[in-house]
Amino acid sequence: MTRRRFGTLAWITWLYVLWSLLPVLIAVRISFNSGKSRSAFQSMSMRWYWHDPSSVWKSDELQSALSNTLKLAGLTMLIATPLGVGMAIGLQRWRGRVSRGANNLMLLPLVTPEIVVGVSLFLVFTQIYTGVPRGFTTQLLGHVTFTMSYVVIIVRARLLSIGIQFEEAARDLGASRLQALRLVLLPQLGPAIFASLMVVFATSVDDFVISSFLSTGLSTETVPIKIYSTARAAATPNVNALATVMLVITLVAVGIAGVAMRLLRKHGAGDDSSLTSMSI
Amino acid sequence: MTAVVDDAPLTPLGATPSSDATSARTRARFWAGMAAPGTIWLIALYVVPAYAILAVAFGDIDPILRTAAPAWNPMAWDTSPMTNVLGRVFGGNLGHVFVRTGLYAFAALTGCCLIGYPVAYYVARVAHRSRGALLALLVLPFWISYLMRMLAWVNLLQTDGYVNRVLGWLQIGSGSRNWLDGDWPTVVIGLIYGYIPFFILPLYAALERLDARLIEASRDLGASALSTFLRITLPLSIPGLMAASVIIVLPMCGDYYTNTYLTGGSPRTEMVGNQIEFFLRGSSQPQTGASLVIVLMAFLMVAMAYYLVTIARSQREDARI
Repeated sequence: MTRRRFGTLAWITWLYVLWSLLPVLIAVRISFNSGKSRSAFQSMSMRWYWHDPSSVWKSDELQSALSNTLKLAGLTMLIATPLGVGMAIGLQRWRGRVSRGANNLMLLPLVTPEIVVGVSLFLVFTQIYTGVPRGFTTQLLGHVTFTMSYVVIIVRARLLSIGIQFEEAARDLGASRLQALRLVLLPQLGPAIFASLMVVFATSVDDFVISSFLSTGLSTETVPIKIYSTARAAATPNVNALATVMLVITLVAVGIAGVAMRLLRKHGAGDDSSLTSMSI
Repeated sequence: MTAVVDDAPLTPLGATPSSDATSARTRARFWAGMAAPGTIWLIALYVVPAYAILAVAFGDIDPILRTAAPAWNPMAWDTSPMTNVLGRVFGGNLGHVFVRTGLYAFAALTGCCLIGYPVAYYVARVAHRSRGALLALLVLPFWISYLMRMLAWVNLLQTDGYVNRVLGWLQIGSGSRNWLDGDWPTVVIGLIYGYIPFFILPLYAALERLDARLIEASRDLGASALSTFLRITLPLSIPGLMAASVIIVLPMCGDYYTNTYLTGGSPRTEMVGNQIEFFLRGSSQPQTGASLVIVLMAFLMVAMAYYLVTIARSQREDARI
């Protein structure tokens, strides 16, 4: 009898998985339509990727959305990760009232609804930091702000599982604090840093609200903004093609990072809980 | 063991107390220096902007340009626009938007619980051979853009789309329903579909951490599987369930793109986020928009505080291990 009950649960789970992924697969299939239908399969073609004037390859608008998104995500990764790693190590080792305050401050962006962050950044860039060129630069600053906390959380979890003993050993053997950090701690943080890069990339690429609030027009549109803008307009499968290209890029990036993480973990000591800890 | 790491003496033998104090100070300065860039960044781009919302909400409007003239000094704050907005929220025309937002979020949360709990439970506590594969499949939606997942539903829900075709074959309804025309079920389904991955994963983590010995003990003492679930597993998973709920309810209450995208911007399904976006960007009433943000935050404050306390507690527990 227990077995049958578990059977129901298995059914629910697999149906859920199917439900969660099938629509996306259908959307991918529609991007290969030879006609303009976005509701039914038509014969396969690469029209919306290469040939059509509005295809991903030929349309300047889609090209610029794609390159904006990738530039934004790449730079966000490069800025948010070091900031977050430094903050995680610093807050972990430095105890005191200021540190506790900084820790609470770091948690706040995780619970603030994105629209609130978007509105606050929109107001601050139009009211105080008016010298910052609006558009790409402000979008970049915004993305770094709301992705940095993820890095801190991921790296902190890894720091806790590593412990202090290796660093202490290095210090006892005569390494300076900076050397111990560079030669002992950072290599051990490798998997967590890769996980952070991955999460920051995916979060930035996925972001709509903040990019949109800080966008100044066509030249600063990203892929999510482009997809969103088809809500009110008559659209063709070229949006599906754009989304599919973005999906493939993300999955490839995540795959590479995953392989790199696995390789690093083979060399690193201790277990790694960075990815599961990211949820809390 | 790693909790109070820096009290461990790193100074060589025979160091004098004064050099101890100096080294403690350089040590603190070193670590503070590492945390400083990130902290300063958050002050400049999180705290100051948050204050800007207050300054705009309680500030003035430039009479000619119709742009915000923020009041940076709290002594000069003008509360009349906020009073006006509060009047419109409690009993005025903005009230039903808040009620609708709450109802949508509640309906979507209920849906997430009904679908998500069995799934998280199965993967965490029942599945053995398939657990790795299932976990990978549960994480997969994280790497798929939210708006692409919504786009997928726009494709499916077209009048001649596959949803209507399937319903037609099954002889349910007319088979030609226009789902994307400001239908509330569409928005709720969209919200469930969009946010459920973020619900399942933390719940999975909580269920996976449950002490299996308690469940075994309950079974050994004669409780049935059902009563073990109701008396042991479910109560123990309540904190995880709460955390998972808060994680999705907070962003859902500020959502404005899901409903706009799935209904072509129909006013019948407008949520608070739509109003905020409209007042700030679509009209020249930044004060009203900023005030609405504050009202929304006030409503969400309890949930946010709960979640912050949970994170802080789990951090402390991690540090104690």
